[in-house]
Amino acid sequence: MFEDMVTARYYEERLQEEYLEGKQPAFDISAGPIPGELHLAAGQEAAAAGVCRHLRDDDTVTAPHRPHHVAIAKGVDLERMTAEIFGRETGLSSGKGGHMHLFDPDAGFACSGIIAQGCPPAVGAGLAAKKRNEDSVAVAFLGEGAISQGAFLESLNLAAVQQLPVVFVVEDNDWAISMPKERVTDVADGSQRAGGFDMPGVRVDYDDATAVYDAAKEAVGRARAGNGPTLLEVQVHRRMGHFMGDPESYRPDEDVEAAQARDSIERLADDLRSEGLEDEELEAIREEARERVDEAIKWAKEQPEPDPDAAYEDVFVNPPSGVTTEEPTHELAGGDD
Amino acid sequence: MSEQQERQQVIERELTMSRAMVEAIAHEMREDEEVFYMGEDVADYGGIFDSTEGLLEEFGRDRIMDVPISETAYLGAAVGAAQEGMRPIAELMFVDFFGVAMDQIYNQLAKNTYMSGGAVNVPMVLTAAVGGTYNDAAQHSQTLYGTFAHLPGMKVVVPSTAYDAKGLMHNAIRDDDPVVYLFHKRLMGIGWMPAPDGPKTPVPEDDYTIPFGSADVKREGEDATVVTLGLHVHRALEAADALAEDGIDAEVIDLRTLVPLDTETIRESVAKTGRLVVVDEDYRSYGVTGEIIAGVAEGGLEELEAVERVAVPDVPLPYARPMENEVIPDSEDIERAVRAAHDE
Repeated sequence: MFEDMVTARYYEERLQEEYLEGKQPAFDISAGPIPGELHLAAGQEAAAAGVCRHLRDDDTVTAPHRPHHVAIAKGVDLERMTAEIFGRETGLSSGKGGHMHLFDPDAGFACSGIIAQGCPPAVGAGLAAKKRNEDSVAVAFLGEGAISQGAFLESLNLAAVQQLPVVFVVEDNDWAISMPKERVTDVADGSQRAGGFDMPGVRVDYDDATAVYDAAKEAVGRARAGNGPTLLEVQVHRRMGHFMGDPESYRPDEDVEAAQARDSIERLADDLRSEGLEDEELEAIREEARERVDEAIKWAKEQPEPDPDAAYEDVFVNPPSGVTTEEPTHELAGGDD
Repeated sequence: MSEQQERQQVIERELTMSRAMVEAIAHEMREDEEVFYMGEDVADYGGIFDSTEGLLEEFGRDRIMDVPISETAYLGAAVGAAQEGMRPIAELMFVDFFGVAMDQIYNQLAKNTYMSGGAVNVPMVLTAAVGGTYNDAAQHSQTLYGTFAHLPGMKVVVPSTAYDAKGLMHNAIRDDDPVVYLFHKRLMGIGWMPAPDGPKTPVPEDDYTIPFGSADVKREGEDATVVTLGLHVHRALEAADALAEDGIDAEVIDLRTLVPLDTETIRESVAKTGRLVVVDEDYRSYGVTGEIIAGVAEGGLEELEAVERVAVPDVPLPYARPMENEVIPDSEDIERAVRAAHDE
């Protein structure tokens, strides 16, 4: 867990540096080595690490628009994921997906940029496991803002009524972009949503990786044993903005300071020290994580950009004839230019 | 001289497109207590793309409402409030998110007037940010112009300048029918997404309306008619400047609204030039480009000497820069198409 968490934290810090390159002093979303939007997950590592520790390669995870920490904990190929984020040809999706749309079928990982829309496919993975009498499970990660979305609530009901091996993990970072939780739901504890579907609902009140680990052990175990879904909410914190470039002018200073002060990684390090791990051992894990991340970023930046014409590939695996997937050539128009 | 150019002679004050939009909303809210705005991050944040910047301070949370991420519920609630006679404006943060609330849009918002035989009307505005050019990939970069225009029952508005954004918004809020108001992110004048030259224009301080179904001839020309909308108005004007250096004189028409569509202005232009180039940031097939060409052909096939269309090929929007640049038409693509039509 510690290794996953320090890897994810350092990864986000390094991506932040890379992303802001060329975007200072004036922030222009189109400048710099990383294209598009970037939603970083620093402060949310405990939920992903604590849950994914119980998962196998054949288990399925779906993540939302803030996916890197979950991908790292689930064992997604770090180099190819990084290449994808940098928009390179050897990325997980050949540069077509980007950081919100990472797919690594070998690691059982997918994500979607649309709020809560990873929930139904996770239910589908659970359905497939049940139909095939396999003991694999599916886990859908989502933010607390997503618990008011229809796709989430419908998925809870379908998973419950079909007794599917699914765990829904809500990462509660208190903010849906600029909207604090209390302004968009009257339920302080999101796991209470489970009650309406007669499934167990559990909340881990502090982003304590060990507590998440324990709660997830029970939830994943329940799913794997064929005893149906669980809704698990974990309090995490948002150390960076919603996206890079978010001014966060809506957010009180004390809230930002509180988030900075609550560090789940340090908390876990304390737990590990009390279990007898030496500082040198923890530092060795950190050092190894930094090397791995630095190498992945270095490798990714050396990769070629995709050929523009690659844009026309992959709409279908079996392209039907008669479908326009190429730009027409104007030579056919009979011009002499 | 275009309508806008005439105005520019007497007006000094320039606004970004977002400021112009907000000014119209604020004016209508002052005039009519029944106007209110609902959406995600529209209150304290002021809209991710500045669509409601500053409105919370003047109108408070009751009228500038942050809502849960529950598009089916709040867009449907806007339909219901509109049917009660209020004039809600509801914002989809990205048009791409329409999928999660499609029933409320195309089975309720768009059809209730017709299904009630006109007994019910839905005077609401659905605003949404559209468009790519900043590598936000397949789920956050579409325009979907043709999708909304295809489904009967919604008026569809696409401003390309601050002047139009204000006048069209006044009209949208006052209209007794559902209006889908699609603003292009790249045109808004957001600090972190610099706009091209063009959308920032002089804007009168007083309220004014631009009637729906009145296309604007942005540039007059004799050799080819370029019909377009949104961001691509500016790219087409850029292409027209380049073409003029080679003696090709392109007329550029900004549709401003897709429903209703000003086919008359297009036909008149094509009667003069004989050559039609349609430019769109939406998908090529079953969309805006095909519809415009069909409309011209139906009314006067004999006028058409050459036709070209420039649109996003039928692929989702890719993430990496070389691929996104490939599929979103730029001014050179437009230039090439006009030359091809011209040389036919």
